Amino acid sequence: MSSTVTTPETSPGSAPAPSFGNNLKASRSALPSGDRVFEGLVAGAAGVIPLLAAAMLLLLAVASWTCFQEQGFGFFTTQDWDPVKEHFGMLAFAYGTLASSAIALLTAGPIGVGIALAITEFTKPKYREIAAWVVETLSAIPSVIFGLWGMFVMAPFMRAHIEPLLVHIPGPFFREAGTGLSLLTAGLVVGIMILPTVMAVCREVFNAIPISMRESALALGSTRWEAVRLAVLAPSTPGIIGALILGMGRALGETMAVTMVIGNRAEISTNLLAPSDSLASAIANQFAEAASPGHLSALAALGFVLFLITMLLNMAARLLVWAVANRVRH
Amino acid sequence: MMTPLKKAGLAAALLVGFASQMSALSLNGAGSTFIYPLASKWFYSYQQDKGVEINYQSIGSGAGIQQLQSQTVDFGATDAFMTEEQMSAVQGGVIHLPATMGAVAVVYNVAGVDTGLKLDGSTLSKIFLGTISNWNDPAIAALNSGVSLPDLKITVVHRADGSGTTSIFTDYLTKVSTAWATTAGHSTAIKWPAGVGAKGNEAVAGVVRQVNGAIGYVEFAYAIQTKMAYAKLKNKAGAYIDPSMDSVSKAAEGALRRMPEDFRVSFTNASGEESYPICGFTWFLVPAKIADHAKGQALVDFLNWSMDEGQKMAPSLNYAALPDSLVEKVKAKIATIQF
Repeated sequence: MSSTVTTPETSPGSAPAPSFGNNLKASRSALPSGDRVFEGLVAGAAGVIPLLAAAMLLLLAVASWTCFQEQGFGFFTTQDWDPVKEHFGMLAFAYGTLASSAIALLTAGPIGVGIALAITEFTKPKYREIAAWVVETLSAIPSVIFGLWGMFVMAPFMRAHIEPLLVHIPGPFFREAGTGLSLLTAGLVVGIMILPTVMAVCREVFNAIPISMRESALALGSTRWEAVRLAVLAPSTPGIIGALILGMGRALGETMAVTMVIGNRAEISTNLLAPSDSLASAIANQFAEAASPGHLSALAALGFVLFLITMLLNMAARLLVWAVANRVRH
Repeated sequence: MMTPLKKAGLAAALLVGFASQMSALSLNGAGSTFIYPLASKWFYSYQQDKGVEINYQSIGSGAGIQQLQSQTVDFGATDAFMTEEQMSAVQGGVIHLPATMGAVAVVYNVAGVDTGLKLDGSTLSKIFLGTISNWNDPAIAALNSGVSLPDLKITVVHRADGSGTTSIFTDYLTKVSTAWATTAGHSTAIKWPAGVGAKGNEAVAGVVRQVNGAIGYVEFAYAIQTKMAYAKLKNKAGAYIDPSMDSVSKAAEGALRRMPEDFRVSFTNASGEESYPICGFTWFLVPAKIADHAKGQALVDFLNWSMDEGQKMAPSLNYAALPDSLVEKVKAKIATIQF
């Protein structure tokens, strides 16, 4: 083996600390060929991911080209979706995707963080694993089952009991009760689906904080809740946002559960109890039967828009995490 | 490790298994979900009878047509006949063969109103356009004297996914209402002027059953099996008819008189005293020239079987058997398939 590993001077009795970093940069050619090959393979494997993403984007762009040509820029500004007259617009679906994901995050966010806090801070150690396991079994349920449950249990429940109460709230969000198949129901069902993700990641984040931090807060005279707020929640903000990003990613792409409960009506309305439609749901519903090239291309264009929305939101969220993390350090 | 003898034995067993798999002929088809319950019974019975395996994917009429055009399947099935443009994309030409007929029932769920509510084309199209929005509307009351209609909002339920059932239903509405023809038109997927969408016949039936005041359209078999209330529709001759095997056959007979040679016809709103107005064919789509002789023979044998034995199985599954005179014509057409 080559002697590129230097061992820095350390106090007697302690093991030498290997440091590969500097030496790799300085004398790559001195590495054994096996290492170079391995490095190349690993770099190649890592490079496949962005290449795949770029290839998918390119494929979608090519497939949607006919649609962009025929519909022009109007495709991005109109909510009309008429396969007979071949006039297509993505606005209603984009609204449905974003709105249902927002409702899902607003539901899963506070509840997920709350459950994670309860498990890590306020549950006896011997019950923590069981409590976590119960929530995580939710993530094992296929989304089609959620869709069926939503359609046969949740939607009738919303229609019979919740919507009559909600219509009393003044404002544009709960104007008129509907069939239970609505944006709100879809958002809630997806919220339940992303809850385990948010909870699991938050739990990891909270567990990573050393006990000494909580102890110091308590030692300074804070109450239990203040200690949690200062020692656990405050430094975990980037991690919590990361959990929400993961949840958001799943919520944006959720297809089967959404399509069964959202009501499938391509129309923008501030009324959360009105039916709506989402990008993924429209593609899943219409792709099999679409026979005209214009319709097919329009559906591919919806896929393109979904890809863009997911990519942009993820980038924005990562920037947010970076900004918050930097602020916290100062 | 395996001894040489064991290895040889395993290889032989695999080869025999593989060979027997290769020698058993199998056909692939794809398309209509509407015909799937009947078709799957046919394929199963045919395999028991003749040993030929037929694989069918009920992915939807449009997808079936796409698969046929790209030659990934041996035959397709569709509820909406192909356009000239679609047909020109199939190498060697394509033949439409009526396989069975089905009706589209208008189902509803109104507390206190039994099955058999009378509706005509004009009222039905106004309901689905959203212009009639309450069950006690004068237009509905005028057709149903003696029925007390509640003051209840009408919730229209339609298909969210593209479907042959939608194609037949909207074809009927286009024929009976110029307002519908100009606003919505007819296709497997349209822009619905009103109502919520549900995925599949099952979901439409499910939503209509749960929501008081809902009205929707489902393939007839679903209405029967879920014991839902369905409407009597006014046909072209002016009579109010229930959907049934009989009324569908009568409608087809009316259409037989002006049946085109390639069977590509819609017979919604058919003439005839006892015809039900919303019904249609499901066609098998077969290439006019089949390259593989063995496959061609197997397919033609199955098609002839479906015209004889297959039609007898239809009524038990709530599909209408083709009239005898039509069966003769279809068999004559099957004989023109080259392979």
